[in-house]
Amino acid sequence: MKRQLPLMLVFVFGFAMIIQYFIPHQASEWVNAFFMDWMMIIGVFALALGIWSLTKVSWDKVKYKKSNWQYAIVTLAGLFLMIFFGFDYFRHFSTPVGSNNYMYVKFYQHIVIPIQSTMFSLLAFFIASAAYRAFRARSLLATLLLIAALVIMLRFNPLLGPLQPIMEDFSVWLLNVPNLAAKRAIVIGVGLGMVATALKVILGIERAYLGKD
Amino acid sequence: MKLKIVVVLTMLFMGVWAMASAQESLETIAAPDSIQAAPLPEPAKELSAKDAPDDHGHAIDVTWAKSPDDGERLKNVIGYIVYRAANPDGPFEARSGLLLGTTSYTDAGALNEGENDFMPDYQDYYYRVRAMTQDSTVFADSDIFGPVQSYGQWYDKGKTAVLLLVAGFLFLTIFFISKARGGAELYVRRLAGIEAVDEAIGRATEMGKPILYVLGLGTAADIATIASYTILGRVAKKVAEYQTGLIVPCYDPIVMTVAQETVRTAYLDAGRPDAFNQDMVYFVTNQQFAYVAGVNGVMLRERPATNLYMGKFYAESLILAETGVVAGSIQISGTDEISQIPFFVVACDYTLIGEELYAASAYLGKEPLLLGSLKAQDYAKAGVIILAVIGFISLMLGYHDFVDFFHVTG
Repeated sequence: MKRQLPLMLVFVFGFAMIIQYFIPHQASEWVNAFFMDWMMIIGVFALALGIWSLTKVSWDKVKYKKSNWQYAIVTLAGLFLMIFFGFDYFRHFSTPVGSNNYMYVKFYQHIVIPIQSTMFSLLAFFIASAAYRAFRARSLLATLLLIAALVIMLRFNPLLGPLQPIMEDFSVWLLNVPNLAAKRAIVIGVGLGMVATALKVILGIERAYLGKD
Repeated sequence: MKLKIVVVLTMLFMGVWAMASAQESLETIAAPDSIQAAPLPEPAKELSAKDAPDDHGHAIDVTWAKSPDDGERLKNVIGYIVYRAANPDGPFEARSGLLLGTTSYTDAGALNEGENDFMPDYQDYYYRVRAMTQDSTVFADSDIFGPVQSYGQWYDKGKTAVLLLVAGFLFLTIFFISKARGGAELYVRRLAGIEAVDEAIGRATEMGKPILYVLGLGTAADIATIASYTILGRVAKKVAEYQTGLIVPCYDPIVMTVAQETVRTAYLDAGRPDAFNQDMVYFVTNQQFAYVAGVNGVMLRERPATNLYMGKFYAESLILAETGVVAGSIQISGTDEISQIPFFVVACDYTLIGEELYAASAYLGKEPLLLGSLKAQDYAKAGVIILAVIGFISLMLGYHDFVDFFHVTG
């Protein structure tokens, strides 16, 4: 029963949501919105589990002085400080609470956002290093990739003079014909794969999400 | 006496002259040349209104034919305004702005009582269309059309193609599953990325280092994440058998909960429930780049022998994979996010492209049920190719109905 009940629920609600997709009536939209609300409620409970997990893992690192345990202190301090600022009305009734709290906003704007921007900006350097590895002409295919990349990169280069319009036309052709054809092939495959996986889940063939493959 | 008569006559003359002048100026003000020269346009013709099809109700489609003076004849009609009333006698209220260059309008109101502009279903409505000129005081109203009611539909005809394709695919899946159950041999091509998983786990065991498994940024409802659970289950079982370490940092708390259960069961299946530690699957954060920072930190501190990235990835894909290269790990990736596939291809040793991620579970399990669905997928792809070729030929021959049938609305 422990396994049969979840499978039955997935089957019933899976097919219900498939049928809902084909019914535009307001009642059908209400059902959809109702289940979406459930997802949000479950998400809130799961978030509590997530916070517990992060706290436990970090606390264990500090407690048992595992390698680099000092970082765990920063994690815990950040986590609980932000929660504290969110509930600051316990002490300052006049201060806006939640995400409008003064300290919460300051920490978010001056610590979280700059750190996230820094992480994102690393992408530029990683693109360069990845491109260096990818564009080494070790084989015929790699050489073709190198040539295609050069054409795409040089298409906006004004130093090419009269060659620039030709390069631009060629790069547009590369993007719109072979590149788009390959992309569409992958998209069709992904679409069918998604439908197949969804059907496998609904029919109870795919059960890994239940903790059993 | 004569003087008095002259003064009176002069005053009378001036009075008459003043009145005449005033009359003239009044006429000038009341009817300047521009207005006098603006004749009334002909109204819009053939007004019609009906419930908007394939929708949730609370909307009515209004159509009309152009006024004869719209673009032709007087050429003074610049647009139309749609009016609606609950009674044929009015009062009519404007439901649209000035509509330019169109002869149709969908009058949609709010769905719920209490909302602004609520438009109840099953109520009589009457419509009128006003043909407007440059001068807002010069217009022509059409005949009134009504009554018409709005109501919601119980089937969206615009999705018939989807319904047929899903039904066809379901039939194919069931057919091949039953065929596979009957003992038929189903060929599945080699997936290098999946075959490398065992080798990668062996390498980690030899090196005495853990395996890092990243489920991506998808939610538990994403198909890519569901496919990733299957691969995680297989990897965790091997890891349990080889007694290697496993680290699964999660972006989503629901994904973490499901992943914990998947890994726990895999350890149980491997006969090593004692080796399972719930903390090997843990939540990091649901902020994209904070998560990247956390996972990169694990890579650089723990130096895992193998990194597996399976699921939904966005801009963080290359940052993760390049850090893995720096850490010297073997890397296997799989995603259905088409824009991230090139990044994984250049930075990882093996990559499962698009649908290969979904096929991995069938490939790993070799179970008839899963192989059957995989075979159905292949036949469906062949069907899509055939439909694309037929569509191409029909368009070349000028028949649009075939392609239009697959145009999904709503």
